[in-house]
Amino acid sequence: MANPKYKSAYEIVKTARSGQRPTGIDMINGCFTDFIELHGDRYFSDDRAIIGGLALLYDIPVTVIAIEKGHTLKERTEHGFGAPQPEGYRKALRLMRQAEKFKRPIICFVDTSGAYCGIDAEERGQGSAIAANLYEMIGLKVPIISVFIGEGGSGGALALAVADKVWMLENAVYSVISPEGCASIIWKDIKKAETAAEYLKMTAYDALELGVADEIISENGLGGDEFYTMLKDKLKAAADELTAFDGLADARYKRFRKFGSYDEITIETEEHK
Amino acid sequence: MSNLPNVPFLKFIYKPKNELEKGGRTEIPAPRQSSEPERRCPNCYKSVPLSKISANMSMCGCGYHFRMTARQRISLICDTFEELWPGVVSNDPLGFPGYVKKLDTVKVASGELEAVVCGKAEIDSQPCCVFIMESYFMMGSMGSAVGEKITRLFEYATMNRLPVVGFTVSGGARMQEGLLSLMQMAKTSGAVRRHSEAGLFYLTVLTDPTMGGVTASFAMEGDIIIAEPGAMVGFAGPRVIEQTTGKTLPKGFQLAESLLEHGFVDAIIPRPEQKEKIGKLLMMNKAVN
Ligand SMILES: [Zn+2]
Repeated sequence: MANPKYKSAYEIVKTARSGQRPTGIDMINGCFTDFIELHGDRYFSDDRAIIGGLALLYDIPVTVIAIEKGHTLKERTEHGFGAPQPEGYRKALRLMRQAEKFKRPIICFVDTSGAYCGIDAEERGQGSAIAANLYEMIGLKVPIISVFIGEGGSGGALALAVADKVWMLENAVYSVISPEGCASIIWKDIKKAETAAEYLKMTAYDALELGVADEIISENGLGGDEFYTMLKDKLKAAADELTAFDGLADARYKRFRKFGSYDEITIETEEHK
Repeated sequence: MSNLPNVPFLKFIYKPKNELEKGGRTEIPAPRQSSEPERRCPNCYKSVPLSKISANMSMCGCGYHFRMTARQRISLICDTFEELWPGVVSNDPLGFPGYVKKLDTVKVASGELEAVVCGKAEIDSQPCCVFIMESYFMMGSMGSAVGEKITRLFEYATMNRLPVVGFTVSGGARMQEGLLSLMQMAKTSGAVRRHSEAGLFYLTVLTDPTMGGVTASFAMEGDIIIAEPGAMVGFAGPRVIEQTTGKTLPKGFQLAESLLEHGFVDAIIPRPEQKEKIGKLLMMNKAVN
């Protein structure tokens, strides 16, 4: 809600969705050198909505995983509009396990309206694939940094964001449901999406306030050389800091363990027969 | 659909939609005399008196499984049950419009304070921890309180070296709590993992319906995953899929039987057999100390 640019939450949502912003592949090209793409989940196919592989972050090898939306209609179609299939999540998990084996930091770029929603995706276990990523990521012994560069849609985004550090670009969003979906459920009126966006607290500033995001990345010169140098330096510093830290998996569990807001009232425990 | 267990309920999937479709009217049920409340069975279309349903494990005579409350399930499955953390309840962290009022209404209507009941139990003489989600409380949606109770249960079970049996029913994450409800997916998954790493057994029983963020977290993380006949289980909702893709959904889509066919559940176990089978699974999956 509150943000220095005085945009409404829904304006930020629209910015996050605009095809003008750098995509996952742009981020990979901007922040790393020697990127080698690795394809496929080894079970079924290669989902083009998730791009993964190896690259150098200055002099250190890292595993890079990015959701790609594409710029042109042709690219967007090729990359399934950035809505990953179960195979995308399984490929990501395969690469993350590989990173753990070779003790490489993992860097994820998140930009999705959500996991792909379709008959085939359901039949191949979309829920199961996301669950497997959450379950594995929370226990990985190597650093994980997730950067939200556009949309962060629900479980489909979280499946690449059970991380030690979660950063969000100024105009990135992160939400449990799209404002349109929320509006149509609560008010049976999709036109109330603007109101829903405010209440869902889905901007980077809201996520920071909730502790879900650790840092907001300035979009000054977004997509330009200076921007990438800034992001690259930040990633390197964070990767070094986390690599030096023993007990990452414990810290990551504690990071997620603390989320939630509830009351605890006193009740007599009943016995049921 | 060849490897399906022989459950009469399965006829539901292929059933003609009306009497004429199956070749003319046969028996016309005589109008009932009693004024007892009834429910229409979506499988055999008969109206069944509520007393008959509840006397039959909330099932129709044809085998259709109606939804049950969490407390009904406890009495059906558990020999003993001692509830844990009944006082952990939702507040309204985001000031979401109508949420507090909604919570008050469903508390009265369901008789529960939250969408999950957790406790220590014995099932067929096997000690374990149990969570049962409550469909009558905001469709079993997972907010902070649900996530916290389930996480505590796994932590408690890990500390006391007990297996966990979980009955899931949920529409998914509770959107009124925004990102905090989404985070419960990662939080519960972490607790499940720690329990598993301690060499302990986790059994999930998927009941109708289990959707969204619950499917995409602890519901699908069991060592063994069983389902009730006809339970709808999925990530995206069927209507959303239909609207987004413009495709007609195949028969039996997202039903437990389809998940079995596609390899995502271990077995479908009807209610009358659940207690004994769960007891056996607990017995055969004892942790090696
Ligand atoms: Zn029936």
